[in-house]
Amino acid sequence: MGSIEKDKAFVHPYMPNSVPAVKQQMLDELGVESIEEIYKSLIPDDLLYKERLNLPEPIVNEYELKRHVMGILKKNITTEDYVSFLGAGCYRHQVPAICDELNMRGEFLTAYCGDTYSDHGKMQAIFEYTSMMGELLDADIVSYTTYDAGQAVSSAFRIVLRVQAARGNARRAVLVPSTMNPEIKSQAYAYCRNAGEIVTVASDVKTGLMDLGDLEEKLRDGSAAAVFYENPSYLGFFETQAEEIARLAHSYGALCIAQPETASLGIVESPMNLGADLVCGDIQPLGMHMQFGGGQAGFIACKQEFELAEQFPTYMYGIAKTGKEGRYGWGRAMNYRCSHGSRENANEYFGTETGLWGITAGIYLASMGPQGMYELGETILQKTNYAIRRLSEAGQITVNLFGGANFQEFVVNFDRTGKAVKEINQELLKYKIFGGKDLSEDFPQYGQSALYCISELTLEEEIESLKNALEEVTGGKR
Amino acid sequence: MGNIRIDRDFHEARWDEPIIMELGNPGERGVMIPLASDKVRECVGSGEDLVPEGLRRKKKPALPEMSQMQVLRHYMRLSQETVGTDINIDIGLGTCTMKYSPKINEQFVRSPELTELHPYQDESTVQGILEIMYRDQEYLKALSGMDCVSLQPSGGSQAIFANVQTIRAYHEANGEGEQRDEIITTILSHPANPGTAATLGYKLITLYPDKDGLPDLEALKASVSEHTAALMITNPEDTGIYNDRIRQFVDTVHEAGGLCVYDQANLNGVFGITRARDAGFDMCHYNLHKSFSSPHGCQGPAAGAQCVSEKLKKFAAVPTVEFDGEKYYLDYNHPDSIGKLRKFYGVPAVLVRAYAYIRSLGPDGMKQVGELSILNNNYMLKKLLTIPGLSMPLAEGKFRMEQARLSWEKLTKDTGVTTDDICRRIVDYGFQDYFASHHPRVIPEPFTPEPVETYSKDDIDEFVEAFRSIAKEAYTNPELVKSAPHKAALAAQIDESCLTEWDKFATTWRAYKKLDDTD
Repeated sequence: MGSIEKDKAFVHPYMPNSVPAVKQQMLDELGVESIEEIYKSLIPDDLLYKERLNLPEPIVNEYELKRHVMGILKKNITTEDYVSFLGAGCYRHQVPAICDELNMRGEFLTAYCGDTYSDHGKMQAIFEYTSMMGELLDADIVSYTTYDAGQAVSSAFRIVLRVQAARGNARRAVLVPSTMNPEIKSQAYAYCRNAGEIVTVASDVKTGLMDLGDLEEKLRDGSAAAVFYENPSYLGFFETQAEEIARLAHSYGALCIAQPETASLGIVESPMNLGADLVCGDIQPLGMHMQFGGGQAGFIACKQEFELAEQFPTYMYGIAKTGKEGRYGWGRAMNYRCSHGSRENANEYFGTETGLWGITAGIYLASMGPQGMYELGETILQKTNYAIRRLSEAGQITVNLFGGANFQEFVVNFDRTGKAVKEINQELLKYKIFGGKDLSEDFPQYGQSALYCISELTLEEEIESLKNALEEVTGGKR
Repeated sequence: MGNIRIDRDFHEARWDEPIIMELGNPGERGVMIPLASDKVRECVGSGEDLVPEGLRRKKKPALPEMSQMQVLRHYMRLSQETVGTDINIDIGLGTCTMKYSPKINEQFVRSPELTELHPYQDESTVQGILEIMYRDQEYLKALSGMDCVSLQPSGGSQAIFANVQTIRAYHEANGEGEQRDEIITTILSHPANPGTAATLGYKLITLYPDKDGLPDLEALKASVSEHTAALMITNPEDTGIYNDRIRQFVDTVHEAGGLCVYDQANLNGVFGITRARDAGFDMCHYNLHKSFSSPHGCQGPAAGAQCVSEKLKKFAAVPTVEFDGEKYYLDYNHPDSIGKLRKFYGVPAVLVRAYAYIRSLGPDGMKQVGELSILNNNYMLKKLLTIPGLSMPLAEGKFRMEQARLSWEKLTKDTGVTTDDICRRIVDYGFQDYFASHHPRVIPEPFTPEPVETYSKDDIDEFVEAFRSIAKEAYTNPELVKSAPHKAALAAQIDESCLTEWDKFATTWRAYKKLDDTD
């Protein structure tokens, strides 16, 4: 096989200079016969790949490409086709049309790392996102978006480890609840392994809440850099001892990190006001489609404290004055912290993360406003509690295993049915229902349990169909 | 042909939009959600009562209260003050591979068949997306020559991070985890290499270019030892100079017992021309949002691919997607895996776009991407280097691969105009500001363009002429360039001290207002 250029011309719509006459002009300008001549002068012969790439033949027209790609994607069954009760870190919420409309704008969609002067609008949109998150969280400093909540939590752990080191403390442990999101926990473990250790605090067997006795025990030896909690917990219940956890952490010289659910914050207090030093989490609920898990994006926030801020690893977009009153510009602030500027001397590595989702979350928050966020939180609470009540009447199942107050998720235990969650979920598919996330592998101590999720979009009739289906699948009414 | 405009009277939209926190009026609503019915409300009571005492929010968040049209208009205006690849000749952002992102691919990822999928759905209901991911893996194996591909990474840097985790896992499995604590990289490799290595606790050894502009092979030979964990290197580096001694680099590190990791962020010029595995590398990574055409989205969402050789397969990030002859499934069965890097399974929208992109090009098209990006670059360089004050240091006179690092050093000496001034001024011509260089700036007054295959000869000519015009301004009216931008949305220079001094630092409007009050 020779080089393509010697064969019949392959003129492609994405490659204007594939037109032979144009290509020839450019080659003439360079005084070479072929492109091959250029790269053969650079790359040793034994490194050249001389075969034809083992890829399928091209589909160059859009019609056939669309038939092909959509033909594959249509094999999927979506949460619009079936009723979904899945959450566990990825949530189905209403996505306002203007979120989709605006993040499809070519200017936002295809901009990249342009800065203060070329991308003034992008910079303002990012600052507005962090400003609105600041209001939602009651925090003065909000990071640029991270890959996901797992990255935000992992970096928050590294931040507190560096803060403690900078204070001259040999504190290397981060204490986490035993009910922590297992995906995030494994991510944090891998991310922090060389810098510290993650220590699990016991939970109360009945309520699932953090066992404060065990927490204090683990704080007492002074090895803890911080205590972390989720609110609501991964398993859906509120951690009602939030203030006490922060107080205990501080009384033993540790910091407190909290992960709230962003969709709850219109009605639930921000951990910032309950003593937390760092708050982190995910903005996927704020205007991002689930996208098979691709809509995730994380944040880290804190008060206006230098000690914490200088340990952030992400970009932070600072507002800057100009010569004109009331006219602002923006730029990357305190950038020596980041690996793009400081390589191995940076706080942590940093890369292309999830900027478009930050801008989208800003659009969402501006559209929802305080009343919308309140109603979102309230509606989810009401529908969740309603679902718990209705489902509690169904069959041999234990609904809301921990019995406390919940936000959007609750554990359903199937032990009395004699069936595994796996089987039940398979059977629910026949009713066009995606049952809750199977917890039996990650939390064997809770037996055959599943995590069910309700959102503002869940309809009463959908709860009824779930109830009916569960009754049939688990062998009739109670 | 040759229809380029260098006399555009470009003027970016300048809306002077207020900060959104100051827009709207109390009571306005932008969007409504489906509320609970009266029946449900009566059954369970009010939201307040359902939040445990002590967790109820005391003060509503001070978010804007705006109607929908006003929110839309505000952001439409901000979008018009942003220079995306869709509206400019985005050659200036070198290393970023600002190629055309096909609109048809956008339709695929905006379809409910992708957007409304939950990652924990039963595998039987997500066969379509799993099939696409599986095929992506196969195609990336063909392009890299590697044996296993994981699509877990959320971006290029996280893919590099995965490779460092794999280095650690490999040496630990051999009982040399403690001993091999050094990673060697080059000063012109992407900062994510030293950044990720240091994040995992490695000591860094950095090689500098020799007189040929290539990483110093003698310095490498002097650096390797029983402490060497790996070499992490880009080729070509950001200079666009292909390292023709790369096999000697790889052999030197292998002989010392280290692994070799190829950072392929600069993949675009080697598609189908040379492959990582064939040069002896143990691992490489791809930035799927760059070389494979996903829009860059104001810095993400991106996606990366970790590609490893047979001996490192068991360490790769999980899950991979496999096919048993009947169905596709997520495979967590890599016994010594470094684990997961993020929640769920990579960034599927970027993976779908990459799939559609590869399918639209085929084997010859993919190679042509590489070839045309090399042709475009060398054509552009020939023209650019006729501009007074601009030069291409290191390996002068040699062809480059898909990009190059140039220097305005002479122009700065002659006129006082710096690369940062030119970077602001180019915005006045309707171009995105350009990428100067990663830090440290090894080449003085740097400028790193990358004219990927989707730019036409005319585009390149126009890009070159804009810089020729600015150089002329620098020699005749330097103040015009130094005081730029003049036609951008923000036509005033900012007070840089706001970004460097803590007592002026504000990342939110509320923090700024507090600072302002104490002024």
